[in-house]
Amino acid sequence: MSQPTQEEEILAQQALAEAAATEASSEETSGLSQGQIVRKRFFGHTGALVGLAVLAIILVLAFTSVGAWGLPGWWKYNYLDVSPLVNDGAPTASLWPLAWGEHPFGQDRIGRDLFAMTMRGAQQSITVMVLIGAIAGAVGAIVGGLAGYFRGWVEAVLMRLTDVIIIIPVLLLAAVVGQIANRRDEGSWFASFASSNGVVILGIFLGFVSWVGLARLVRGEFLTLREREFVDAARISGASNARIIFKHILPNAVGVLIVNVTLTMSAAILLETALSYLGLGVHAPDISLGLLVAQNQEAFATRPWLFWFPGLFIILICLSINFIGDGLRDAFDPRQKKFKAKSAVETTRHSSTTPVVPNVPKEQ
Amino acid sequence: MLTYVVRRLVTAALILLGASFLVYLLTALSGDPLADLRASSAPNRQALMDARSSLLDLDTPAPVRYFKWLGGAAQCLVPFGNACNLGKNIAGQPITEALGFALVQTLTLVTGATVLAILIGISLGIVTALRQYSALDYGVTFMAFLFFSLPIFWVAVLLKEFGAIGFNDFLRNPQIPPGVALGIGAVLGVIAAVVVGGAAKRRLIVGGTVFAVVTLILIYFSITLWFRNPGLGPVVIAILGAGIAVGITVLVSGLKNRKALQSSLIVVAIGVIAYFAVQPLLNEATGLMIFILAVGTILIGVAVGYFMGGYDRGQSMRAAGITAFLVGALVLIDRYMQAWPSYFDNSRVRGRPIATIGAGTPNIQGDFWVLSTDTMTHLVLPTIALILVSLASYTRFTRSSMLEIMNMDYIRTARAKGLSERSVIMGHAFRNALIPIATIVAFDIGALIGGAVITETVFSVHGMGFLFIDGLLHTDPNPVMGVFVCVAITAMAFNLIADLAYSALDPRVRIKA
Repeated sequence: MSQPTQEEEILAQQALAEAAATEASSEETSGLSQGQIVRKRFFGHTGALVGLAVLAIILVLAFTSVGAWGLPGWWKYNYLDVSPLVNDGAPTASLWPLAWGEHPFGQDRIGRDLFAMTMRGAQQSITVMVLIGAIAGAVGAIVGGLAGYFRGWVEAVLMRLTDVIIIIPVLLLAAVVGQIANRRDEGSWFASFASSNGVVILGIFLGFVSWVGLARLVRGEFLTLREREFVDAARISGASNARIIFKHILPNAVGVLIVNVTLTMSAAILLETALSYLGLGVHAPDISLGLLVAQNQEAFATRPWLFWFPGLFIILICLSINFIGDGLRDAFDPRQKKFKAKSAVETTRHSSTTPVVPNVPKEQ
Repeated sequence: MLTYVVRRLVTAALILLGASFLVYLLTALSGDPLADLRASSAPNRQALMDARSSLLDLDTPAPVRYFKWLGGAAQCLVPFGNACNLGKNIAGQPITEALGFALVQTLTLVTGATVLAILIGISLGIVTALRQYSALDYGVTFMAFLFFSLPIFWVAVLLKEFGAIGFNDFLRNPQIPPGVALGIGAVLGVIAAVVVGGAAKRRLIVGGTVFAVVTLILIYFSITLWFRNPGLGPVVIAILGAGIAVGITVLVSGLKNRKALQSSLIVVAIGVIAYFAVQPLLNEATGLMIFILAVGTILIGVAVGYFMGGYDRGQSMRAAGITAFLVGALVLIDRYMQAWPSYFDNSRVRGRPIATIGAGTPNIQGDFWVLSTDTMTHLVLPTIALILVSLASYTRFTRSSMLEIMNMDYIRTARAKGLSERSVIMGHAFRNALIPIATIVAFDIGALIGGAVITETVFSVHGMGFLFIDGLLHTDPNPVMGVFVCVAITAMAFNLIADLAYSALDPRVRIKA
């Protein structure tokens, strides 16, 4: 745990050896820039495209319907409004005949509109997810990059810090941090900001505990790249450290970073919903998808829709992000080639050392 | 090697110190332990607050309290000192005691689930790798993504509703309508047809056979009310045992190795005879006896293989040993089934066997079989939930590892030598694919102790996760620290084991001291 594992080192060596081999053997991509190749591969991945479309629809739906950042939305109810029960609160939406109705997802016991609540919950969950992804990505890239590039005592300090955080199980650490984020002591500026922006605080706090895995990956990537010839060439021609990092190494490491930030985000939405479910994340009166499920699980026998719709949205968001991450991985990893097992006669070395399902810990 | 291990251990100890300091401070910072008392209107409010302050030592600043705690915890390192002191929780119970109880609960909950998830995940991964880009592969891939995206608390509620309440209602009148029987048969038939692969004719035959057999069995179960009064009996054990013997032999040595096949079949025959012999013994069963019987069964199998010999004695021994173990498991399942009606009609169970919460029916009376059945019916739902959410990563990891291996030069060499597909897959590919899997399995076992926080909450199991969350909600650092220290130590130990195992399994990896 504390030292780079042997696995990591052998992978680095393999990567070095294979890099030369694969660069020569890419015929279908000749004449295209790196960005074009990635885009071409990504848009050739059906699962990723479907995931992208679903995620876009959910985003638009969630943020325009009930409004966000003080802007009004097009949906007639608010997530706090209580209206008289229609048909005992059962969902009015139907597929055949296609109809939307008064309360498409139904109402809860006291008559709040579930569609508005689910949309608000999705907004909050997505906000937390994006914040976690952005902060974890930034911190992870900086820590991992510095450690990998400068080595020496910088690496020792940063990586020991990473080790300290990484042995605390994610969910346990997140629970502690979530509890801190929910602390509302009277009087301070923090409390007044937090009382109106609870999820933002939660997202930021969780982001600062989720970066460790990314930092290790980025460091591994930097360790390999800094030994490559083009870095030596840049250094000999007098480039500064900043120029080497930003112009030569980072563009090559960005694939790993983007893919894993995506996968961190898919784990983040499960983390947030799980924390809210445990009562350590988003608190009432605010709403998140996990909180909706937690509040309504007892009502499953009488009002199952209260339980189905929020859960469905969690799954849809997480699933589409996982597919996007899968597509990005295929697009960015030049070593990974699609091949048919039967016709693998030609000397392509298929290397899929990285599992498609990410290494991010899953909360149980 | 020794220097490496010592260095790792020293670093681990330092990391543990840093991380525990961090966790202690964060927990102490996370809230106000007196919050509920401040809000209460009890007349002796001040006295209660003083009592809790002195119990949790709140007058001392948190960093100082950490070192006090560390002083107590350091005594745990003294072997046989019995001076271990991890503090007390908010109710005044010593943490060491609470941890012992929680650890047992957690391990019973997660061990079975993890073992099953690993076994199923690895098999699925291998099958999908061998049938790459088939309908099966796409189906399993999609399922893996879906399961990976499932929030476990959501799955758990569904399982409670349909797995427990639904199944218990079904048991009241266990009749399967013919349509449902046909449907289940058809689904399993299609799955079987997809799994076998090969020519269309072969798929049709296999799928059709599975469909017919499953449907007939279900109709038979329905007519005889089998689910109320389940049992296997010696005849079914003999038939299933023969099937197992053939299947295991195919996997371990191939049917061409007649001696292996014969020894497996002999073991099955011994098993059926032993079925009658052990029944009186099993009536007096204890956990230890079952364990001794299991070890004995495997030894008998291995001995049969040894004496049958053949050109590859090791293969015969392996095939017969595994067969013996599985046939023994069948006998055990049969005995559980015999005990099922008495459990079902138990006054505490009252005909609703699958439980939704807890780790056991309170105050249940009965012999070994009833009690262990009770534990199992409480474990069914959490186990299924845990398997579902952790299956995906094993499947995907095995699949990619296996695909990579299948493309290696030595696999081509093995095929070129004229080896059968079975021995290429089982002997050359599978074993090498297991090396990276061994590491993630070690990591996961290390993380087992941390428990399944959410699963424990949903199913009201008072394990490690519950202890942690409960301590956290009361801003009580001691239980939180107790759980954290256990989790961190096991995790780091297993990480070290994983690294050592990796270098032992893969000679290309050398440990640098």
